[in-house]
Amino acid sequence: MKTGVPVAVSFVAGLIMVVSFFFNEETTKVGGLSQELLNWLIIVGGFTLLLGVVSITRVNWSGVRQKKEGWIYKVFTLISIFAMALPSLLPESWSPLFGRSAGSIYDWLFVYLQAPMMATMFATLAFYIASAAYRAFRARSAEATLLLITATLVMLWRVPMGEAFLNLFPGDIPAWLNTYIMNGANLAVQRGIIIGAALGASSMSLRIILGIERTYMGKG
Amino acid sequence: MNLTNLRKITPVALAFALGPLCETALAQPPEAIFRLDRLNALITIILFSFFILLYTHWAKQGKPLFLRKIPGLDAVEEAVGRATEMGRPVLFIPGIDELDQIETIAGISILGRVAKITAQYDTPLVVPVRYPLVLAAGQEVVKQAYIEMGKQDAYDEDTVLYVAGEQFAFTANVNGYMMRERPATNIYMGAFFAESLLLAETGNAAGSIQIAGTARPEQLPFFIAACDYTLMGEELFAASAYLSHEPLMLGGLKGQDLIKVLIIVCILIGSILATFGYGETFIEWFNAV
Repeated sequence: MKTGVPVAVSFVAGLIMVVSFFFNEETTKVGGLSQELLNWLIIVGGFTLLLGVVSITRVNWSGVRQKKEGWIYKVFTLISIFAMALPSLLPESWSPLFGRSAGSIYDWLFVYLQAPMMATMFATLAFYIASAAYRAFRARSAEATLLLITATLVMLWRVPMGEAFLNLFPGDIPAWLNTYIMNGANLAVQRGIIIGAALGASSMSLRIILGIERTYMGKG
Repeated sequence: MNLTNLRKITPVALAFALGPLCETALAQPPEAIFRLDRLNALITIILFSFFILLYTHWAKQGKPLFLRKIPGLDAVEEAVGRATEMGRPVLFIPGIDELDQIETIAGISILGRVAKITAQYDTPLVVPVRYPLVLAAGQEVVKQAYIEMGKQDAYDEDTVLYVAGEQFAFTANVNGYMMRERPATNIYMGAFFAESLLLAETGNAAGSIQIAGTARPEQLPFFIAACDYTLMGEELFAASAYLSHEPLMLGGLKGQDLIKVLIIVCILIGSILATFGYGETFIEWFNAV
């Protein structure tokens, strides 16, 4: 029962998605069934949000209670969750500070705290790229040296000073080389990976629909 | 001509034959019931399903199937063993996308295998997730793994925990955890985006052994640069079958490989025809796909 029902649900849902793909959604109801299923997913997802709130509150509250290392950050997490959520849930008619419109507490916290913090995190990526590139481009072997030369050429071409430098070479050799690396070798490899991944995804979907693969339920 | 050659050529011949059919199909009236412009996709699905079921049937009959080694997956048990020896946790991230993405499902499937190993060795496992649906699925999978290993008492409900719904809030939390707790092993399996390098580089700085797998080609270079092992594209989807060693699931992989051979043959024929200025029908058929 515990395995049979999910397998049956997966089979029916998968079959609906596949079949509806081949029907015209404007002239038949079958064609629109896949969208209907996706809408159901959003509704189910909405309900599970409560699970998330319970999980994050329980984990952080337990950390604060046991005074685990860094517990003060957990206090800030808990305060942040409820400071963002509660005013946004209250009706705007009570006060302009409630709800999610411009000028509300939620909006203020999002624009002046959350958005800049997310932007900061994203900006640190530049430093991480530099350190990862340093490690990847160390010429330890023939392959790594080839990677270093290729990457240097491509990166140089993408900054004005590098482009000016490469243009000093006679003919269109640097431009041709860059175009070949990016649109030839690089694109071909990427497409190979994409084709393989698409086949892998299709194969896995088929295994799930047919009930061969049950590992997503922790079985097998 | 022997039968083996005929088997290789038949799908290509089918593609040529279907070309004119697709041209007609593209001009179907708007009130049509069936999407005839997707007929080629239907034929591909039927062929694909046929080969997968054929190999699954052969696998069921006990026919030996060769599968190449995937070092990243062979290293999973070793990496968990390392965490056990060091007395540190294993961190598993099943991607940061929703459960309706096949990559996330692949990640959850691998999580089940990893959870069985951690249950066996009594190694702490931490699984931060970004979506509540993934939380529910992850908790169920880990719980089931602990039950199957007879360690239900060792299962902690907070093994799988919801961290944050925002991409970079999630990343900040997980990176903070890595630097504080210094997990011995980090496993990233699923859909990753701009945070891939932030996570992998932090794990590298924390001295963890790292195994990653994603089907996103734009994130693969970051994982390759910062992780010890990387599963590329299809290897992620093959992981659950590979780790299970179940003939039925391995049969599916072999069927997939046969389709890949057919695609390679089609690409080669298409390239040769296009180089010499022939094969317009062939190209049009593929454009329609």
